[in-house]
Amino acid sequence: MSELLLDAKDLVKHYGSVEALRGASFQAFAGEVVALIGDNGAGKSTLVKCLSGVQQPDSGELRFDGKQVVLDSPTTARRLGIETVYQDLAVAPDLDPAANLFLGRELRKPGLLGRLGVLDKAAMRRRAITEFSQLGVRLQSIDAPIGSLSGGQRQSVAVARSVVWASKLVFMDEPTAALGVVQRERVLDVIKKVRDAGMGVVLISHNMPEVLAVADRIEVLRLGRRVARFSGSDVTVEQLVGAMTGALSQEDAA
Amino acid sequence: MTTRSESTVDIANGDVEPTRRSLWQRVSGSNTVWIALVLVALIVVFSIARPDAFLTLFTAQTLLIEAAVLLVLGVGMTFVIITSGIDLSVGSVLIFAGVMAAKTMEGLSPRSDSTGAGWGVILVGLLVALVSGGAWGLVNGLLIARAKIPPLIVTLGSFGAALGAAQLITDGSDVRTVPKALARTLGSGTSLGVVPNLVILAVLITVVGDLVLRTTRFGRYTYAIGSNEEAARRAGIAVTRHLVTVYLMVGVLAGLAGFMSLAYFRTTTISGHSTDNLNVIAAVVLGGTSLFGGMGSIIGTVIGIFIPAVLTKGFVILHVQAFWQPIAVSAVLVAAVWFDQVRRRARDQS
Repeated sequence: MSELLLDAKDLVKHYGSVEALRGASFQAFAGEVVALIGDNGAGKSTLVKCLSGVQQPDSGELRFDGKQVVLDSPTTARRLGIETVYQDLAVAPDLDPAANLFLGRELRKPGLLGRLGVLDKAAMRRRAITEFSQLGVRLQSIDAPIGSLSGGQRQSVAVARSVVWASKLVFMDEPTAALGVVQRERVLDVIKKVRDAGMGVVLISHNMPEVLAVADRIEVLRLGRRVARFSGSDVTVEQLVGAMTGALSQEDAA
Repeated sequence: MTTRSESTVDIANGDVEPTRRSLWQRVSGSNTVWIALVLVALIVVFSIARPDAFLTLFTAQTLLIEAAVLLVLGVGMTFVIITSGIDLSVGSVLIFAGVMAAKTMEGLSPRSDSTGAGWGVILVGLLVALVSGGAWGLVNGLLIARAKIPPLIVTLGSFGAALGAAQLITDGSDVRTVPKALARTLGSGTSLGVVPNLVILAVLITVVGDLVLRTTRFGRYTYAIGSNEEAARRAGIAVTRHLVTVYLMVGVLAGLAGFMSLAYFRTTTISGHSTDNLNVIAAVVLGGTSLFGGMGSIIGTVIGIFIPAVLTKGFVILHVQAFWQPIAVSAVLVAAVWFDQVRRRARDQS
């Protein structure tokens, strides 16, 4: 049995008078892919933001690795080994893939030059090539601005960046939304690789076949609450849709 | 699109590594090269037309001296525009810093005449210029990065306010005494026989600015913020602090430019810098730095500053009406931005 990594209980988040989360709970284990699904407005993105430190819940309890934590910024989350791939592709289009991979974590030259802030671009490029190749990310050029790459390649770099730096848990908010069939497969392969390496992956997706293909567990969010939990192996699309729309609910899920 | 897929290499199989683009590919993709060619062409044309008048030491010296002050402003402006910001206040801050420095040096001299002042007083004057320039930069930076007011509005405000403050301090008339020691060395002195000191200082600032932008983490963050501020923030970059630092730096450089201008003109030239901001912005953009941020270089700015300067000199030498210069520069500027737009659109569609 894999260990419980992230345990969120009864998270509440208001935006003005709007209640985005009304006591949502969520769990993620090491070495598994857990899908977080729900209809538009169910609170998926808000939940991910609260769990990755982008926003803070108004109330609720958050435990990571058995310890109670407060994620007051993405940096705090990162320090704990939590990385996030954002839906809106948080990459810098004018920088090359290596620069994006190392954004905020630049390697500096040894010695005095490094202390003056001089970057070790060659080392970053070498390491980037190794990391990309291990993840099966195909790029035609390592120093072209990322904006000149295709959407799929851009997405691959964004995914690679989170995976390379994560040590415990990766959130992926709609990582395949903009991708073609081949590229989608590749991202799903990366997700499986990350899981097999013992990390936890939280996949937020609208695509039911994709969820069924890759998720070990599924948690369903509706109107800011968790309404159902399924094991990935014995669930049907009908059950998922039922839980998302409120036709089906589990008493013990919340 | 076919060429793209053909050139794609599969590093998963370990056959081929992703290639670095060839020098030409990297170079020809930027506006900077084309604009450099324009500059070279201009120099060649003017040199052929009047080799006796254009290719002279005197022409080169005056060309460089006139560009020196703009160059110092341009280095800072390049950083600001790469963050996708703008600073309209540089000319006014330059005047304000010059006035503050001149007034301080007069105040420290007997009978408010700083002509005979020594190096102690001059250094205090320099410090005052840098600090008063930096103060405006800090105000700009805080209003832009913290209060989130658009840079165009903030610096339009300080453009007016800094000039007004300079006029209040001087009652609108230029300070006319400047230490001779300063004017003779930094203002009109030369080193190595022929190189104006003013130019040496400007080159020094330019080289340091270029190194900081190209090789350091500070430079990398400047590009990242201009390219996608939200991505930079999520990557853990202290965006607010970085932006404040950039505007502070521009202010300090404008202060230095004010001091240089004071040394060169031997007066505060209150009414002489009203279009410095536009000239500098035009030069930076001409040099291939994108107004949308994320892209640009100091070397481009250097070229962008010399195109109008060379045009002016060339027109004077060829007896073309000098009024043609702004028309020619404006046409090139608009064309440069248009190319930038077209290239971006092509890129974002791929």
